[in-house]
Amino acid sequence: MTDSAFAVFRSGALTTVQDLGRAGHAHLGVPRSGALDQPAARLANRLVGNADSAAVLETTLSGCALRPRRNVTAAVTGAPCPVTVDGRPVAWGAPVRVPAGALLDVGAAVAGVRSYVALGGGIATEPVLGSRSTDLLSGLGPAHLADGAVLPLGAETGRHARVDTAPQPAPPAELVLRVTLGPRADWCTPQSLKTLTTRAYRVSPASNRIGLRTEGPALERAITGELPSEGLVSGAVQVPPDGRPVVFLADHPTTGGYPVVAVVREADLWAAAQAVPGTPLRFVL
Amino acid sequence: MSGTRAVHDPNSPAREGASEVTVRLVGEHALLVELDTGAAVEALHAALLQRRETGDLPPVREIVPAARTVLLDGVDDPRALAAALPSWDVPAVPARAPETVELPVRYDGPDLADVAALWGVAVDEVARIHAEAEFRVAFCGFAPGFGYLTGLPERYAVPRRATPRTSVPAGSVALAGPYTGVYPRSSPGGWQLIGSTDAVLWDHARVPAALLSPGTRVRFVPAGPAVRS
Repeated sequence: MTDSAFAVFRSGALTTVQDLGRAGHAHLGVPRSGALDQPAARLANRLVGNADSAAVLETTLSGCALRPRRNVTAAVTGAPCPVTVDGRPVAWGAPVRVPAGALLDVGAAVAGVRSYVALGGGIATEPVLGSRSTDLLSGLGPAHLADGAVLPLGAETGRHARVDTAPQPAPPAELVLRVTLGPRADWCTPQSLKTLTTRAYRVSPASNRIGLRTEGPALERAITGELPSEGLVSGAVQVPPDGRPVVFLADHPTTGGYPVVAVVREADLWAAAQAVPGTPLRFVL
Repeated sequence: MSGTRAVHDPNSPAREGASEVTVRLVGEHALLVELDTGAAVEALHAALLQRRETGDLPPVREIVPAARTVLLDGVDDPRALAAALPSWDVPAVPARAPETVELPVRYDGPDLADVAALWGVAVDEVARIHAEAEFRVAFCGFAPGFGYLTGLPERYAVPRRATPRTSVPAGSVALAGPYTGVYPRSSPGGWQLIGSTDAVLWDHARVPAALLSPGTRVRFVPAGPAVRS
């Protein structure tokens, strides 16, 4: 391994490599994957002078700590958290200089779930089907970070942003997901559809990169037969047998056999990525 | 499919002899085209690929065929496409001869006897019946490179195992419902295991990564001592 790399000092609860995902392979059973909070990942890249498509790290709740082997510009976005370099506090949401051998520590999220760590030059693991994203459903892409792992970095452009701090939306205290009904809204009773779009839900701790699971009133099926498997989109609100709606996120399966009764607007999915378990949740038309 | 209209009422009766097409909007950027047979799905899927190649399809990110539907995702104006699509002239047979893949198989699966009982045939007959069928990849899903293969006569449909296995070995040839599938890698699974193959179904370092893709024709070629001729 060359010096253009970093070592993982503390991998955190679940830290993965993510970019914009591997679109175009769903017909082969390959999920799109990619950063769950895409605006945050793009911003982190822009702050360090990377292309939007460069690979970054996506942490989960507890952050991570890295030791770059060369001087590098870093930026942390998404879930707000304390950031230090060799123990000294540095800015969150802005480019920071990390000297070779120094420890960049991305602390636990003080709000939200997923922080994004961009490093100048981007993470240069081998792409799989055009993407470096870790897909936790099908196991494509690099393994999630482990303590002691060493990951390669690309060449830095040296043109990082000149900002003190970039504005970012706060993680949601209440998650409001705007939906359009269909394609299988007729598989639920009209009363259940009303329940979905009027009653209060909560974000379940069983949520992950595959789907946002919910706690709240169960939806009742109008059609109880089996639906032949059909293609799924990100944001699909699927009703599994227990009736608790699941919102599919980046690592969702490409086909499924439970009815999708509504679809969340793409612009609202980024906030879903930052909703901690227990967050009040409403689906609105 | 020529001459049929988009219908949004799933209960509207299909016209005799015509393949009915229902187009459903899926969120802001996708639509689901529902057809009444697997053959109609294959025909539309082939037509969509053809149109994408010749530039006669607005840009789409994904074209995902499934059992009775084709999903188009990443469409700028799904309403316009939904309005136009039902009047397309879709050839019943794909213009291009689909690729055929032969998969060597040993009929040595742990569920052979159960499948034989479900089919009401002797154990040896399962291999013969299965290897005689001509399969087509109707669609992929479940895992990268996992194809849902149709081609067995309807009477040979079998239920899934009552209790799924926590680990099914890679290369297992398995049955569930009307489908045959081959596990690209070791994973949990509830299908009935009738055999195994050494073919590599998925290798992301290979081009193409997937041995089977929607439309591919497949034949299972018996190999090894489990089959007596």
